[in-house]
Amino acid sequence: MSLRASLVHFIAGDPQAARVVPPTGFTVWLTLFSAAAMAFLAVFALALSLATGRLAERWGSELARSSTVRISAPAGQMAAQTETALKLLKTTKGVARARALDADEQSALLEPWFGPGLAIDALPIPQLIEIIEEGEGFDAMGLRLRLAAEVPGAVLDDHTRWRRPLVQAAARLRLLGWLSLLLIGGATAAMITLAAKAALAANAQVISVLRLVGARDSYIARAFMRRFTWRSFIGAVLGVALGCGAIAMLPAADPGGGFLTGLGFQGLHWLIPLIIPPLAAFAGFVATRGAARKTLKEMP
Amino acid sequence: MPLVRHSKAEIVVFGERPVINLENVAYSYGGGELLSDITLKLQPGSFHFLTGPSGSGKTTLMKLCYGALTATSGQVTLFEEDVRGMSRDDLALIRRRIGVVHQDCQFLDHLSVAENISLPLMVSGRDDLKQSANLKELINWVGLSPRAGALPPELSGGERQRAALARAVIMSPDVVLADEPTGNIDWEMSQRLLRLLIELNQMGRTILIATHDLALIRAVKTQVQARVLRISKRRLHLAGADL
Repeated sequence: MSLRASLVHFIAGDPQAARVVPPTGFTVWLTLFSAAAMAFLAVFALALSLATGRLAERWGSELARSSTVRISAPAGQMAAQTETALKLLKTTKGVARARALDADEQSALLEPWFGPGLAIDALPIPQLIEIIEEGEGFDAMGLRLRLAAEVPGAVLDDHTRWRRPLVQAAARLRLLGWLSLLLIGGATAAMITLAAKAALAANAQVISVLRLVGARDSYIARAFMRRFTWRSFIGAVLGVALGCGAIAMLPAADPGGGFLTGLGFQGLHWLIPLIIPPLAAFAGFVATRGAARKTLKEMP
Repeated sequence: MPLVRHSKAEIVVFGERPVINLENVAYSYGGGELLSDITLKLQPGSFHFLTGPSGSGKTTLMKLCYGALTATSGQVTLFEEDVRGMSRDDLALIRRRIGVVHQDCQFLDHLSVAENISLPLMVSGRDDLKQSANLKELINWVGLSPRAGALPPELSGGERQRAALARAVIMSPDVVLADEPTGNIDWEMSQRLLRLLIELNQMGRTILIATHDLALIRAVKTQVQARVLRISKRRLHLAGADL
């Protein structure tokens, strides 16, 4: 019987069939615990994937839409060069707006290194101009040439060299998250297979009685599949509930904070973990089906 | 002097269309031959006893008769179907036509007596309302109504045997095979069980009982026409005159 036909028969078949499998035994807890633990980990892997996805998107879009002009000039020429650079930027196609950062903003940028209350006036700090782009952005090469001609102390930084590795790192993290989900799914199926095999071996007498009274092997396999699919589902529901609870208790995302504070679900993403229990049940179904068919075939 | 004949075809042919037919069957296990050159034909509605000393191969022969074991050589035919060519599913369908009672009756200990008795109906998808009325009647017939809700481990030896018999006949099988069905119970209970088997035979069922209890065989032979088969030295013989 194909997997699809088996699944249809499983859903449409006698729901009482599972009663012939003893409801107790160590395999019950083994399956429940495995499914719960794996679902708990899957919630975190999912949260990691979604968070890194958001991070990659944010880093990519925010950094791609902004650039910086740094002006290093003698104190007497700083204001004039800044003014010239701003005028030049206002007439540059693709620049939505440009503004010079004030002393407080520049101080805030240095605060992580120098601490609060830095007397910025006493330091030879370059003036920064923030550029916000529009449309398809500006021609970086052309802007660099114009700045070189009119503002000798200006250096354009379009963030490309910062953005690329960050976006790459975030994309890799996202890939790792999805890979973890796949591994968790595989490990769940492997554990349920072992539990199902143990249950079949422990219930050799039950199988013997069922065969004696005329049960087909497909009926016996379905009975075990029902038990293990249901246990996988229940275990995964518990694991997802615990995982989501743990995620909800993580510190709230801090706009200025690190990456880990953003780990979690946002908005409708909280619904995504709901897919884990049905997937765990399906993994349980496939794993038990394979284990039952093989074990019953080998049994005399 | 017992009537013992070694010509297999001569002794046990009772009809043209036997429900169970073993021809020149041998069965080996662990390098040794347990049964050799066995020919047995059970006609519908017949009553047979299978005797022989402990370890002679009675249980092995019974298992060959319902396909639980596969003959090393020879041919086993159940309801005109060769066991050797049957799939497991085909064999399961055949087993629904053969009720089996073992000496060490096995049940599903987590299900009640009533549920265990109705197990053949459950696995064949026939446990409907109509059958539940028959189930109550059957449980009453074997005298287990007060124990219907009990779990198998709570039953006495006799009650287990009666529950096993009820389970064996609930599908109205064509054949009932009972392996030492009175082995664990007292005389009175064994008589009661035998009366049930005789009643089944009178309803047209084929009965084969493996036992080494000669007194039991004598008691039955006064009530029905039964043939006695004996396994000796790995072979099947007809015995009867001394019983």
